[in-house]
Amino acid sequence: MNIILCAKQVVDVAEIKIDPATKKPVLAGVPQKISDMDKNALEEAIKIKEKHGGKITVVTVGAPDAKERMRELLAMGADEGVLLTQPPQTDYHMIAHLLAGAIKKIGSYDIILCGEASIDMFSGQIGPRLAGLLNIPQITYAQQITVEPTKVVSEKNLGEKSVTMESPFPVLLTVTKESNQPRLPSLMAILASSNKPIHEWSTTDIVSQTLQPKVQTLDVKGIPMQRKNIIFQDDLDQSVGKLVNELAKVGVLR
Amino acid sequence: MVLVYSDDPKLIAELLNKASDLAKQLQKKVIAVTIGSEQHAKDYIEHGADVVIIAQTTQQQFKAEEYTSILLSILKEHSNEIVLIGSNKNGKELASRLAARLDAGCVIDATNILLKDKKVTTERVVYSGNAIAVEQFFGSPQIITIPPRVFDPLPKNPNHKGEIIKKTVDVEQSASKIIKVQEMKSEGVNVEDAQIIVSCGRGFKKKEDIRLVSELADVLKGRTVGCSRPIAADLKWLSEDHWIGLSGHKVKPKLYVACGISGQIQHIAGMRDSGVIVAINKDPEALIFKSADYGIVGDLYEVLPKLTSAIKEKIG
Ligand SMILES: Cc1cc2nc3c(=O)[nH]c(=O)nc-3n(C[C@H](O)[C@H](O)[C@H](O)COP(=O)(O)OP(=O)(O)OC[C@H]3O[C@@H](n4cnc5c(N)ncnc54)[C@H](O)[C@@H]3O)c2cc1C
Ligand SMILES: Nc1ncnc2c1ncn2[C@@H]1O[C@H](COP(=O)(O)O)[C@@H](O)[C@H]1O
Repeated sequence: MNIILCAKQVVDVAEIKIDPATKKPVLAGVPQKISDMDKNALEEAIKIKEKHGGKITVVTVGAPDAKERMRELLAMGADEGVLLTQPPQTDYHMIAHLLAGAIKKIGSYDIILCGEASIDMFSGQIGPRLAGLLNIPQITYAQQITVEPTKVVSEKNLGEKSVTMESPFPVLLTVTKESNQPRLPSLMAILASSNKPIHEWSTTDIVSQTLQPKVQTLDVKGIPMQRKNIIFQDDLDQSVGKLVNELAKVGVLR
Repeated sequence: MVLVYSDDPKLIAELLNKASDLAKQLQKKVIAVTIGSEQHAKDYIEHGADVVIIAQTTQQQFKAEEYTSILLSILKEHSNEIVLIGSNKNGKELASRLAARLDAGCVIDATNILLKDKKVTTERVVYSGNAIAVEQFFGSPQIITIPPRVFDPLPKNPNHKGEIIKKTVDVEQSASKIIKVQEMKSEGVNVEDAQIIVSCGRGFKKKEDIRLVSELADVLKGRTVGCSRPIAADLKWLSEDHWIGLSGHKVKPKLYVACGISGQIQHIAGMRDSGVIVAINKDPEALIFKSADYGIVGDLYEVLPKLTSAIKEKIG
């Protein structure tokens, strides 16, 4: 089974601070990590490999330092990495073409796995875009994945309903956060991962056409959150009384 | 043209409001698409569509590959600059796949659309609710998905005239199959429409204790209980229709009471637009207090019963 995992390096959103003056997020210096659900996707890949054998290749479009984060995925159980250096101005259209190009260059694939969404941008756009470019079936929000020799059966979670789908290979799946608990690599595995290859491909090797963004980011604005922050913490009965009075005053009790 | 599609008729009515507004500014027409349903066509016209295309196909159940092929064949005949798609899970994967097939730009979950120097410009929440990205399209079509309740539907206008076109489409069949559809356990709550929500988090020790939030919700005449992700996703104490946050429902009630919720950014992302936010948490350092108008530092097991009876007394 040839499995390809698309993994993205993202800023750790929980560590973002807000500039008090501009209210904009301060991204410089925020630690980077592999997007959460991409690890869930890798966990599924490892389980498939354990059952059917095969190879797991991780593909990332990102900054050169993404190599360090990819090591973590190799330690968890991926076999090889491919890193494409991200061009300065990118959008989803370009990233999807770069990933599709890399996947075509890798050649044979049965299953492509993505996260349901990246934790910084949270679009869930790359998976379906890739499936569209490669013209293969897609199963998004996969909660449970069972791989058989000639097909994948997967339950997708739509909230109010769950849809079970079946597809032959090749197929692309996007994996939810609830699907599993990603494993932590052992110390042995961490040490061994340094022998696993990470190939760095230049984007010009991948796509012949000149890629131009279709969407440009003009600004990243802060979200002003003006709250009163009135906190009662003395005597409980008094606190409750004061809170009820305040709520009545602002007109939400009726 | 401005094309509108969703598998949810309620969402189409909301999108038609924005579509009509954009169409007016750009002097274009609004086309709504329904797959197979004649029943909705008249409604869409009364909500502002100039044209409704009823795609006639044997394909009734949603599959992104096949629905993409339906929209592609419609888009081939009508030059569409803007495509608005309802942002539920089906809509997002449809829009993204469609964008790839057209080599088009796509913005998922836009909370605002405007024309800046005549260029389509969108706003969306990024970094788990820490910021808003302002993005602008180059070239067309421009594909945008819009979540529920970002725009209000226009009131129905029975005098609005439009054309209904039936179109038979050949669908490129996908190799995948739907083998089972199962309704999930749901308690039928609709947090998105609620005016008052009382939410619970991991500060609750056991499932039965959620009674404390329902009792408070009852006296507040809100009757709506929400929760953080772990309560629905991990502990499964409540069904997913209660789940509020980045990966759950986005709500904007007049009053939101968060009990035993730490206030991680992903939870805040779902409730930050609430009118008044109240937090109850035993940890004075809890992040939730930074996002609250009022807070009580205390053990929810003591605070909630007292608060419930004090409110009952106040409003009788
Ligand atoms: C990609 C992604 C998406 C996510 N999406 C969502 C989402 O949509 N919605 C969501 O909610 N989360 C989401 N999360 C998870 C989020 O990061 C937090 O883990 C989650 O919100 C924490 O839930 P909690 O506040 O109930 O639990 P905890 O963080 O464990 O907080 C429990 C709180 O209860 C307080 N407490 C304990 N006992 C008492 C007591 N007796 N009385 C009063 N207070 C008490 C504690 O002080 C603590 O603050 C997401 C995470 C990721 C990575
Ligand atoms: N730059 C990237 N490199 C590799 N995979 C990516 C990249 N961006 C997104 N993905 C994949 O697409 C998924 C969804 O991302 P998004 O569309 O940004 O929500 C991620 O979970 C990854 O699996």
